[in-house]
Amino acid sequence: MSNARIQLPPRILEGDVFKVRLLINHPMDSGFLRDINGVLIKRNVIRQLICTLNNQEVFRAEPTTGIAANPLFEFYLRAVKSGELYFRWVDDKASIGELRHPLNVWLASSSGAPKP
Amino acid sequence: MPLHVFSRRDFFAYCAKASLGASALVTAPGFAQVDKLTLSGLAESRLRTFDEMVHPFVQSQNLKQEGVSLTLPSLADNGHLVPLHMKIDSPMTEASHVSHIYLISQRNPVPLMCMFVLGPLNGRAEISTRVRLSGTQMVVALARLSDGHFIYQTQEVAVTEAACVDNG
Repeated sequence: MSNARIQLPPRILEGDVFKVRLLINHPMDSGFLRDINGVLIKRNVIRQLICTLNNQEVFRAEPTTGIAANPLFEFYLRAVKSGELYFRWVDDKASIGELRHPLNVWLASSSGAPKP
Repeated sequence: MPLHVFSRRDFFAYCAKASLGASALVTAPGFAQVDKLTLSGLAESRLRTFDEMVHPFVQSQNLKQEGVSLTLPSLADNGHLVPLHMKIDSPMTEASHVSHIYLISQRNPVPLMCMFVLGPLNGRAEISTRVRLSGTQMVVALARLSDGHFIYQTQEVAVTEAACVDNG
């Protein structure tokens, strides 16, 4: 089972382009290394990572063995409206990891509540 | 012929042979594995040419070395974790955006390290991640634009400790 952490800027204004940092706990076994007994460790890497914002796909990564263990992905998103960021990743063992995170977009003019 | 007496000398000779045979038996599968690994490993870990790296993605499309900045440390002590940052000059609008980014390695057993799919909702074509590198090599960041053209940038990285220890 893998879990993940996400980091967003503390305050996102409407129209901003903001950075998303996603760190997934995953061994990303490449299938080329051996354990201490000399037995080949089977390949187990994340095959696909999809990020959706309000049920619309905004980012997708398809890593192979070339991505380091505990993969970190930093990318940008444009703030249009509040919603929910949803990450879903699948590895070679077909185990699925998920992460949901609320996204609050503030109106640029006021310091009031986030725009619904 | 007189009955052969099993002398002390014979006994030691026999033991030596037996132990050699036994050790050969024990290590034989190990050697076989190593041989197979180095064979496939060496074949895989030779440096690819630039054409071999990009042709599967670019095919007959336009390819230019412009508009991409790829940042990697020029000396990476540990190939297991090499921070990589890339930025592509693109307005990221519906009409003109980066649709795919490919990170290609010259020496890794699997040439494609990662593929990213972007769109106009990203606002900025900029990605950071951490890659594995199997030895000193060139890394290519190849971006496919929404009009079907490709742009790329390369960067040489010296790696002290390769990620795939078994096949250098």
